[in-house]
Parts: sequence; structure tokens; C-alpha cells
Amino acid sequence: MAAGDKSRLDGSALATVLRILLPIFLALLVGALLLLALGKDPLAYYGYVVKRGLLSPTGLQASITRMAPLLLIAAGLIVAFRSGLWNLGVDGQFLLAAVCVAALAPGMAAHGFGDVITLGACFIVAMVIGAAWSLIPAFLKASHGINEIISTLMMSFLGVSFANVLIKIPFNDPTTTVPQTATLPVEDRLARLGDSTVHWGVILAVIMVVAVHWMMERSSFGLKLQIVGSNPRAAIHAGLNVKLLTYAAFAISAGLAGLAGAVDLLGVHGTIRADWNPAYGILVIPLVFLARFNGYAVIAFVFFFAVLMIGGESAARRLGVPTFFVLVLVALLMLFFAVTEFLDQARKKKTGA
Amino acid sequence: MSALLTEAFIGSLIFGALTAGIPLLLAGLGEQISEKAGVLNIGLEGMMLFGAYAGFAVAYSYSSFTIGFLAGGLAGLATACLMALLCVVWSMNQIVVGIALTLGAEGLTALLHHFQFSRSYPRLPKAETLPLPGLSELPVVGGALFDRNLLVYLAILLTVFMVWVFNRTQLGLNLQAAGDKPAALDAAGVSVKGTRFAAVLCTGFLGGLGGAYMSMVGGGLFLPFMTGGAGFIAIVLAMLARGHPLWVLIGAVLFGVSLSLATALQVAGVNIPTDVIQMLPFAMVILVLIIFARHSYLPPALGIPYHRGER
Amino acid sequence: MTSPEPLAISLSGITKAFPGVLANDNISLDFRPGEIHALLGENGAGKSTLIGILSGMQQPDAGSISVRGQRVRVTSPKAALKLGIGTVYQHVLLIPSLTVLENLMLGAPWWKVCDRDGAQKRFEELSQLLSTDLDPDVPVGRLSLGQQQQVEIIRALWHGELVLILDEPTSMLTPQGVHELGQVIRRLRDHGVAVIFITHKLGEAYELADCISVLRQGRVVGHLGKDEKARLSEEEVTEAVVAMMFGLEKATAAETEVAQGDAKLPHEGPAPLTQEGPPLVALQDATSQGQSGECPLRGASFQIWPGEVLGIAGVDGNGQKHLAEILSGQRPLAAGRLTLAGQDVSHGGVAARRRAGVRYITDERMGEGTVAAHPVSVNLVMKEIGQPPFWRWGLTQKGKVRDFATDKIGDHDIRTPSERTPIGRLSGGNIQKVLLAREMAPDAKLVIFNKPTYGLDLHNTLRARAWIREGAGAKAAAIVVISNELDELRETCHRIAVMYQGRIVGIVDNATTSETEIGRLMTGAEVA
Repeated sequence: MAAGDKSRLDGSALATVLRILLPIFLALLVGALLLLALGKDPLAYYGYVVKRGLLSPTGLQASITRMAPLLLIAAGLIVAFRSGLWNLGVDGQFLLAAVCVAALAPGMAAHGFGDVITLGACFIVAMVIGAAWSLIPAFLKASHGINEIISTLMMSFLGVSFANVLIKIPFNDPTTTVPQTATLPVEDRLARLGDSTVHWGVILAVIMVVAVHWMMERSSFGLKLQIVGSNPRAAIHAGLNVKLLTYAAFAISAGLAGLAGAVDLLGVHGTIRADWNPAYGILVIPLVFLARFNGYAVIAFVFFFAVLMIGGESAARRLGVPTFFVLVLVALLMLFFAVTEFLDQARKKKTGA
Repeated sequence: MSALLTEAFIGSLIFGALTAGIPLLLAGLGEQISEKAGVLNIGLEGMMLFGAYAGFAVAYSYSSFTIGFLAGGLAGLATACLMALLCVVWSMNQIVVGIALTLGAEGLTALLHHFQFSRSYPRLPKAETLPLPGLSELPVVGGALFDRNLLVYLAILLTVFMVWVFNRTQLGLNLQAAGDKPAALDAAGVSVKGTRFAAVLCTGFLGGLGGAYMSMVGGGLFLPFMTGGAGFIAIVLAMLARGHPLWVLIGAVLFGVSLSLATALQVAGVNIPTDVIQMLPFAMVILVLIIFARHSYLPPALGIPYHRGER
Repeated sequence: MTSPEPLAISLSGITKAFPGVLANDNISLDFRPGEIHALLGENGAGKSTLIGILSGMQQPDAGSISVRGQRVRVTSPKAALKLGIGTVYQHVLLIPSLTVLENLMLGAPWWKVCDRDGAQKRFEELSQLLSTDLDPDVPVGRLSLGQQQQVEIIRALWHGELVLILDEPTSMLTPQGVHELGQVIRRLRDHGVAVIFITHKLGEAYELADCISVLRQGRVVGHLGKDEKARLSEEEVTEAVVAMMFGLEKATAAETEVAQGDAKLPHEGPAPLTQEGPPLVALQDATSQGQSGECPLRGASFQIWPGEVLGIAGVDGNGQKHLAEILSGQRPLAAGRLTLAGQDVSHGGVAARRRAGVRYITDERMGEGTVAAHPVSVNLVMKEIGQPPFWRWGLTQKGKVRDFATDKIGDHDIRTPSERTPIGRLSGGNIQKVLLAREMAPDAKLVIFNKPTYGLDLHNTLRARAWIREGAGAKAAAIVVISNELDELRETCHRIAVMYQGRIVGIVDNATTSETEIGRLMTGAEVA
């Protein structure tokens, strides 16, 4: 009896591993076929990605650095998705916050504010701007029940264009030829960890993901958000202030996206050129899904993805496969995850019956 | 002020409004079909992109606009087929699949463009037009409205056709029922999944056609990410039109106007940064949402997969 | 092989299993044309599954179906309709935004243009057969539930008049509506239709049916043929059928009464009560704002004294939902006043009302009463989130929540694998127990029950009604019971208020008022 239980346990563990590894394998396989069709050697490509994104010290540090904005965005998405809100507008929230910080930070640094005050002010401003950009979708959702998918996407497109206007007109650095914001001196950016090129924003990001995970799992606030997310009518029945909670979830989610913008700017770029839009948000959304909104799984997926991105960027220069390929891989990954999950459930239903 | 009201300005404004509005109209009508049947098709942007790429690539290699449009529609249809399989047959989350498809379409078309066209950037010749006798001779609006590609007229006829389908045919009843109360349709002996599958396919074909029009007629070339959110605007149009095709037409033209304002203003000699102009349509959507928030209507069963026996 | 009476449908050996349940176990039944055949059984006896199989929604694991002597397979609802088997489901299955005629036209091949003239002709034919008077061009959403049911019957007969299956058709109707339905069914029987009538109320079965079959735990446990039923007196039929339904030698009085279902026996109401001192609860001219499709309150007033149970009767959709929500604080009062023990509590939401001693057991247990994916323990404290002792400094005290939950599970006999089980996996009766446990408070002042036994099996029904009669676990609280089952109100309430179109059209004493009088009020006639 006990032995039987154990083997069943092992079986389910194996199934879990399969459920994660099989889609990854299938996505990489279909990706390989695509590369072959485009006349590229898939093994060389994947090998190069792993080498430059994971195995080389500079590559690994770049990958870890890249995790910072992705993780902060993911933290915000965990809050939104678990509250039943499809905040698909993180790109606009991210970019607007980054642009405003790009204007604020060099100014404050030049006027001799200390690092602590400058960074603190930048973080707060970024969060406020991100949150403010979610106010209209939150209002439409809370007061009129308008589907937030559409309103957040529209606000995102609007935000990206608006950020470009800001870069080109009020925040433009007149000393440069291309339109871009004033550059933050390297010594004023986020401090590095030891000898590495990794800045401490990564630590902040990991802390935020874990904090958000705990908030959703263990606090009364998190439970309230979860109830609003899974059954809004039950939330009303239980006397929760659904409107306020909707605003709060939007504000936290968008605020963290804004913080991501600040960290990416203050830690890595120091300036923003016109038409720069990394579109991290739309890439992180699938990852948060794949991780089933679990904070720890999100960290793992984001790391995997950061390696893919950094390696892919190197491969683009070296092997001539543009980074768009990474988009295709993520889409494939998502589809195959969905398919395996579906097949798994169908199998369970069958054996259960 | 008088400079703004010149014949050239009005002509180019109307011309541009139709050029930008037709893809929105086609995709919006398509989305309306699947929304009516209860499927929120967030992958519309992806379907348009595939349509744009396939339409351009095929039209370029076969030097035929007709085959190009057909290819664009079929590319959208194929994407929709995948979406329908995953979301309608297998009941997967419509939003997740929609995002994945859009993401995949962006990556794949950009990749293909990179390997095929990024060195030469070929352009298609100007699309043939079909001047309507008499009407195209009218001053100011004649050329802009009545000397257009055949697809423009077809898209407007399609709007009328859809009004008829929705109001007068069994198909129209089935679509409405599938989105309103799928269990009732099932009990009446009509397959809910079949109806929704077909609806999603229609969406894909029309979305693909809209995308093809964008690349083939609108620009004459394909660029990565060229739909730039048009698919999402089309979703909003369908949402606000509350199931009436004529409202999609009106909305598409209005958005077309705001999209074409930049070019028209340049013709009139007014220089405004393109980014400001690009903000216009999105700002308009938000404004419309705020003003008409209370009136937007979605079918009760929208986004919910149907399982027999769960009521 | 020649049978004197050809069978309309014959089932033989029908078996259907779901995970953990044998829903239909070797069921064999014959249905004859020109006969009304009642299928009786408690919830969970396998009635719904059997209908599902007959109407093509589900496929049997074993067994066969014959229609007019021909063996057939009913593979889909469409196939059933083609065979002339029409079903009227318990819940209305019409599209509210389409007109009567459009609803009836559903199901024709999709590529066709709607054949309005043909449909109109068939509609008139069937209207005449049923002697109903419906406007074919009105959206179904604007019809009363009784009229919607008539549309459903017409639709069920649309493709042929062989078999009509009615699933619990009286649950949404007034006594008068039930009477009219009876007339329609008899007309159809005389026309030669085989009518299958599913119910859990014996009284209805006795009154309407020619023969009765009883289902229990997925099996046919008894049958009363046409001649047999005609021969026996009502008491004898009742006794025989109740014994079959519950597998008893002799049923207890309470079980007989509940199974009877429409108050043929004299009801034993609650212990009499004298209204002493000031009322505990007073509602004055309450009005609410409703969205389209909802019936708002249009000025409702009543008073309830300590220990009193006030019943709210009425056909569904006459403002009962809004009344419950206004009392519980879930919906703001547009105008009017609510006082509780002399205090004005008109303003303030659910939390404030709960602190003031208001408890609300909703009828939508899954829709709003619980969060299906969350564990039983969380659902038990769902209305206390953030408050001590279960939360301290905003953090969940998991141990406290768990201990509280295990206590309640024990006290209320909630059958669940563990307190961590998602509540959505529990049966309806157990979910109702969770709600009762959550809303129990010794110091409660006002307890509102909305359809407390809807969808429950017999034992849980008895239990819930006893709970109400005993004062819902509170000392001398005012209790409001909203129900569309009149016998339930007869059994539990001191006074009964009748609602019609958002107004209270009369409050009558339970012990001294007749059923017909209440039924008359339910249709909107002012109190004499």
C-alpha cells in the first residue's frame, strides 16, 4: 500500500517535470525547424545563446541584470492577474515612468542632491507615474465594468507615443544630435554588486517578487484581492470595497511597472533615445502565466527568458538571426504549455472517470 | 484657418481616412462576428499581421493583387483556425492564446521580413482603382471616395450584407444565441462549438484581409509590427458598436480620419510632430470609452468556453 | 410481438456513471402516447441524468432506447428533436434578446434565410393546440416566466408531437400558473402526446399524472400503473409512493409532508408568538434602483418582532432579491428607512450591518455566497477578513482559521475531506451548511434566508427548515424567509408577506389564511 502510494507520488513528480520540460523542448524543436527553414544551423544558434547568455561571465551578468526590470514588471502582473485584472498596459506605464526618471535624475544629480535622495525621489516618482497611468482603466473598470484589456492596451499605446513626445520636446538634451534625454553620469547610477556589472536593482526586484507573493498568500489584503479576482460578486456579498480594491490592485501593478522603468534606467541605460521601447511587458505576461502566478516560479522563468534574450541579442549580431526569433519562441512556449496542460487535464478526467 | 479648408486638404483627409479606415472596418466587422458568438478574439492583431505579410509577399511574387488579397485572408484564416482549435474546441483561455498568437505573429513576420525583404525593401506598384462612372468625376470628394480599389467598395457592401445576415438569417440567430445563451442554442440542436468555430474563422479571414489591405494598398510594402495596434482598435470598435455593423463603419471612418490627419496636415503645410498625431486615435478611444462607458455592451457569455451540461 | 398499445419511447437497461456516482443504474421504463407519466424522486435520484439521455445531451454507458418500436441512438439534442422528443428544462433555455418567433426558428440549417411565414404558421397551429395567446414578435426577455414556459413547450413540440419531457416545470410558477400548465398538458395528452413529467413533489404527480414511476439512487424502485393509480385513494397513493421514494416501510410524517410538496396535509406552523413591545426590525417605504432586467423595490414596509419569522412569498423576480440585498446592506436604499432595535441603520454597507447583528444566507450559494476555488476554511471566514482573531497586523493566522474551521465542520456536520478542500467540490447541501455555519451568531438581531432549501435533498431540506424554526441559532432574532415554495413558508413562518412587482401587496397571518388567498395576492390582486 505504502509502496503503491510512493510510486504514484513519483509518477506525479515525473508528470510535473514533464509538464514543464516537454513544452520547452517542443518549443525549442519547432524553433529549430524554423531556423532550418531560414537556412540557419539551429544547434549553432542554441549553443551560442547558451554560451553567451549563461556560460560566459559577462553574459551571465548581463542576463542577471536584465532580470531586474522583468522581475519588477512580473511582480506587478502577479498582483493584477491574481486580482482578476488583465493589466496589459505595462509597456506604457514602464516607458513613461522611465522617461520621467530620465529627465529627473540627471537634473537632481546636477543640482547636488545626494544619491539617496535622488534615487528615492526617482523611485517614488516612477511609481506614482506608473500608477497614475492606470487610473483611467481602473476608473472604467470599477465604475462602468469596462473590460480592462482594451483600456489598458489603449493607454499603453498612448503612453508610448506620449513618452516619445516628451523625449523629443521638453526632455530633449540639446547637446546631442539624436533626440534623447540628458545622460545620467555613471557614478550616479545604481551601485554595482562587488566587482560584477550587476546593479542592486536586481536584489530589489527579487525582494519585490517575494514580497508580492507573500502579500497575496498570507495577508488579509492579498486575500481580499484574490476574492475580488475569483468571484467579484462574492466580494460584494462579503462587504469588500470592490472599487477601492480594484484601484489599489491597478495602482500596485502599474506602480511596480513604473518602478521597473526607473530601475532599468538608473541601473543600465542612464538615458533614453527616442523610439526606444523594449516592450518587456508583453513578453513578461506569458511568463507570469506559465508560472501560474507563483512568485518563485516567476523568478525561474524570468531567468530562463533573460538568458534567451541576452544570448539572442548576441546571436543576432554574430549569426544574423534577429531577436524577433525570441518572440516566436515565447509564443511557441506559451502555446505548447497550454496544449500540454489541456492534454494533462483531459488525461486526468479520463482516468478519474 | 482657410488654408485648412482647401480642396487638397479635404481630399487628402478623406482619401487617407478611407485608406486607414478600411483595415479597421474589415477587422472590426470580423471581430464583431466572433464577439457576437461569445469569443473575445484578442489575437486579431496577430491575424492582421499575418494577413499583411502574406498578402504583400504573395502579391509581390505573383504580381497579382487579387491573389495577394486572397493569400492575406487565408493567412488570417489559418491563424484563426489555430485559435479556434485551442479556445473553442479545447476551451483554453482566450486571452492567453490571443496574446500568444499576436506575439508569435509579430516575431514570425518580422523574422521573415528580415530574411526576405530587409535588404531590398521592395514596394508594390500602386493598386489598381475602379473609378465609379460619374461619381468619381465629382469635385473634391470624387477621387477620394469613388476612385478606389475594388476591396474598398466590397468592404462597405460587406457592412450592409452583415446587417442582413444578423437580422434575417438563421446564421444571425445562431451567432446571437451562441453569445447570449449558448446552452439554449445547444438545446435547440445547434452546435455551439461549431458556430463559434465558424465565427472565429470569419474573424480571421476578415482580419487577414484588413491586414493585407494595409500592406498592399495602404503602404505598398511590409514593415515589421506595421499594424501598430490597429487590431486592438478594431476590437474596441466592435465592442462599442454593440452588435450593429453600421456603427463599426462609422467608427472605422472616424478613426481613419484621426489617423490620416497627420498626412493631411502636412499637405496643408502645418507641421505637428508625428508622435502627437499618433496619440490621437488612442486618445480618442479612451475618450470614447469614458463618454460612452455606460453604453458599451458585450454578450453575457463572452470569453466563457462552453461545456455541455454546465449551466 | 404485437402490442395493443404502441409505445412512444421505451428505455431498457439504461446505465450511466459519473466519477464516483452511478447516476442511472439499469433503468427500464415505457412511455405510452396519450399518457402523462410522472417520474418522481429526490434530488440526486438520477432524474436529470435520465432527461439528459432522453434529450441527447448525454450518452448512456449501456442500455438502449426505442422510439415507436424502432431502436435508436439519441446522439445529440438535434437528433432528439428530429425523433419528436422535445424537452422543457427546469431553467428557461431561451435567448432573452430574441423574439418568440426567432427563438422558435433556432435550429434550422444555418445557411438558410429565416422562414418567418412558415414559422408563423406552425406557431399559430401550436398556439391553437395549447390554446395559448402569445405575441410572436416580443423579445422573450419581456415575457413572464409562465409565458416563457409556454414558448418552451411550443418549441419542444415544434418538430413533432411524439414526446414532451417537462423537467420540474412548476418550480417557477404561481398556483394559478400551475393550474394553467395542467390544462395545457392534459390537452396535449388528449391529442396523443406522451408527456413525461419530472418532479420531486408527490402532490403534483398525483394531480397531473396518469401513472407514476419512482426513482431512487439511480434505480426505478417502484411503479404505479394507470389502472392501479385510478383505483387507489389519494392517501393510499401517497403512502405507497413515499415508502418507495425513501425506501422505508412507513414514512415519517415530516417526510410525507415534504414529499407531498403542495400542502395537502394540514401544516404544522411554528409555535405561536405574541408580538410584545416595540418591533425589532422596521423597514419603511424602502425603494431601490435596479438595472434593466431586475425588479427593484418600489416602496416596501414591514415590521418584525423578536423571535418572529416573516415569510416573503411571491413569484421569482418580483423584488425579493433586492429586498434581501437591502436588508443585508449589499445594496443601498434609494429611499426609505431601516431601523434595527430602535437604531437607524439605513446607511452603511455589509460590514456595518453585520456588526449591528444582520446575517444573510444568500440563495446564490455558488454565485456569490462562496468562492469555489478557495478552501472551506477561507469561505467560513470570508465575511471577517482582516479582523481578529483570524488576522493580526494584516497577516493571516492560519492556525486560528484552521481551528475555527474544524470546529464548525464538526458542529454543523459538514461533509468535506478536509478544511483545505476547495468548497466548489462539496455538494449543494454541504455548501449550504457552510453558509449556515458562517452566518450563525447567538446575538444576531436579523437573519435573512433567501430560498434556504433550493436544490437541497430531503434531509438537508428538513434540517434547514428545522434550523429556521429553532431561531437560526440566535436568541430571539427577527427572521426573514424568502421562498417561492409556499409550503416552506407555511411550515416556518408566523406571518407571510406577499411581494408583487417590487411592492408588498399584503401581509397575512400564516395560521388563519388560505393558500388560495396567498396565491391570489401573488398575482397582484390587492388584499380584500
